[in-house]
Amino acid sequence: MKKFFSDFYAAINKEPWSYIVTFGLMIIGSALVYATPRSLTAFLILLLSPASMYFLKMNNKVKLFAGLILAIIVLPVLGIRNIFYLEVLFQICVFAALALGLNIVIGMAGLLDLGYVAFYAVGAYTWAFFGSKQISLLHSVPGAAPANAPFFLENPNWFWLFIFLGIGLAAFAGILLGLPVLRLRGDYLAIVTLGFGEVIRVLALNLDKPINITNGPQGITPIQRPTLPPALLDALGKLLEPIVGHPVTEAQFYNVFFYFLALAVIIIAVIVARRLEDSRIGRAWTAIREDETAAIAMGIPLVKMKLAAFASGAAFAGAMGVIYAANRTFVSPETFSFLQSIGVLSMVILGGLGSIPGVIIGAAVVVFLNIQVLQTFSLYLSSLRQSDAVIPIINFAWKNLSTQLDPAKYQKLIFGIILVVMMIFRPSGLIPAERRKRELAVEDEEVNSE
Amino acid sequence: MALLETTNVVKRFGGLTAVNKMNFTLEKGQIASIIGPNGAGKTTFFNTLTGIYKPEEGSIEFNGHSLVGLRPDQVAERGIARTFQNIRLFGSMTVIENILVGMHTRLKQRGTDVLFRTKAFYEEEAAAEAKAKELMDYVGLKNVGNELARNLPYGGQRRIEIARALAADPILILLDEPTAGMNPNETEEAIRLFRRIRDEKGVTVLLIEHDMRVVMNISERISVMDYGEKIAEGTPAQIRSNQRVIEAYLGRAAAAAQA
Repeated sequence: MKKFFSDFYAAINKEPWSYIVTFGLMIIGSALVYATPRSLTAFLILLLSPASMYFLKMNNKVKLFAGLILAIIVLPVLGIRNIFYLEVLFQICVFAALALGLNIVIGMAGLLDLGYVAFYAVGAYTWAFFGSKQISLLHSVPGAAPANAPFFLENPNWFWLFIFLGIGLAAFAGILLGLPVLRLRGDYLAIVTLGFGEVIRVLALNLDKPINITNGPQGITPIQRPTLPPALLDALGKLLEPIVGHPVTEAQFYNVFFYFLALAVIIIAVIVARRLEDSRIGRAWTAIREDETAAIAMGIPLVKMKLAAFASGAAFAGAMGVIYAANRTFVSPETFSFLQSIGVLSMVILGGLGSIPGVIIGAAVVVFLNIQVLQTFSLYLSSLRQSDAVIPIINFAWKNLSTQLDPAKYQKLIFGIILVVMMIFRPSGLIPAERRKRELAVEDEEVNSE
Repeated sequence: MALLETTNVVKRFGGLTAVNKMNFTLEKGQIASIIGPNGAGKTTFFNTLTGIYKPEEGSIEFNGHSLVGLRPDQVAERGIARTFQNIRLFGSMTVIENILVGMHTRLKQRGTDVLFRTKAFYEEEAAAEAKAKELMDYVGLKNVGNELARNLPYGGQRRIEIARALAADPILILLDEPTAGMNPNETEEAIRLFRRIRDEKGVTVLLIEHDMRVVMNISERISVMDYGEKIAEGTPAQIRSNQRVIEAYLGRAAAAAQA
């Protein structure tokens, strides 16, 4: 089995096959998705093309070009035909950013943080508080708010500023968490960070009295979104209408907008993470992960570096929190549960602890499984249940299948199994972390001359 | 003035006094050793010097400044580098990265340089990498720059540790049992390396060592510790004939029998 895959990989990993496979997947995938916007298989084939772009050997310029076409033109156009795809992609981007941030804290610096989602909450509530009517409702009971209360910020384009504010506040929260846990390692650190995550969630849940800051369990809604320039929408609408086959609504444009926004954040996040990793700072983090005592004896200031890791990891989550709040126009404490933290952690572990491409793939796989594969499968089962079909040999009517047997309900079970299997067969993740290889030209010459 | 001078340094763990009233001086440019039986407090003394432990009493002066109360990273920044008794490399980093970590205190790049990849950043990284390669050559590591440190054989790992310590441009290097587990050939080479570190780089060397051939061969001055106290100090010849040292190593009865 393993040999088959490696042979197969070797066979397609050379010109011209790498190009044929990649562009083949891209074209066939796009065509399939275009023809059958609801098909899971079609979307899967399309999503394989960025994977083959990553794994196969090709000219880097061609790769970049193909990637840009796919991300900027193909996916949004197909997404407008079935808005659900844009939702999948948006969530992949959101969770990939969270996973990248958590990867800095856990993967690079080795600080096991089980309350990471708290920083996401800080970002989300920052915009939720200022970008909604909440400030004028501070003294009213949750649920009994006057409907005509004004928005605090008249111009929703403050949103752009609040992305940076969210980053700053989340980083600050990261430092707040970091300070008391500096002396802790391993299990102890995990427990304290878990507690911190819960503290933030419970604060969000209960800060509706004495003054109503978070609106309690009901959450804050509506939250403003930045305005899209109407002239641009008009032009784009006219351009896209013949391609997608129906007039594009403003809601659909917002979906495209948030997809692009999240994509931009991801690209920036990857660049930032890579630059941090390959620098004095990243090396210091890895050194701390490997051996704290040796690291400090080499002159690495432990306190400063750990706080920097917590703050920069948190910053990623803060940015995505603000965007998430605007995208949903609603935040509630439920979104920031402990299970979310575990979810992001499992993306990091599944993809490969410390590996930047790994955690992105991890996030993509988990999200995809979560909101697409399992749900499609559930729908399929329920359609079978409503039919008169019978499983031949055992003579079992699908009708009698228990509604408890719903794959979407077994999400956590399936994850659990995947994680266990991964840990046994591929403990370092889908794409294991690799250290950067440096050019050691002088040495190579010596090898040749020997 | 002495490069390093400790006065009455005391380090206790609960009821146990691991280092007791340690007075120790080291001149610039010396190669000196601390010897003593297992559990004599040699490594604890090293850890007290480098700030890993805080001494209960006493003062430590290095290069004209007190080291007491400084964190290990601050001590490292003042120019004391060290290796560890049980090798402590950053196992899943490459050899060259290990050495680059050693340069941490000497690199000036800030967060903004890192994020915006300024010209200063590239220049500094290139210079650091060149220096790391030079150090690898210096300690005799060949063609292993991109290997993970944990994949190297024992002797190689010892060399990386020394290269990593030298990367910080130290004034004083503390080597904790650097030849432990080496065969005679490797030990010979190690001794040559220690001499070169002093002669060529001008770094003062202080060793903890069990191998008497190494100690007697290389040291200009030897201090002997037993039960946390310094019981003797002098040139190799003086130490060899010191009655208390023989007693500490062989036990009183055996020493008497030998005499």
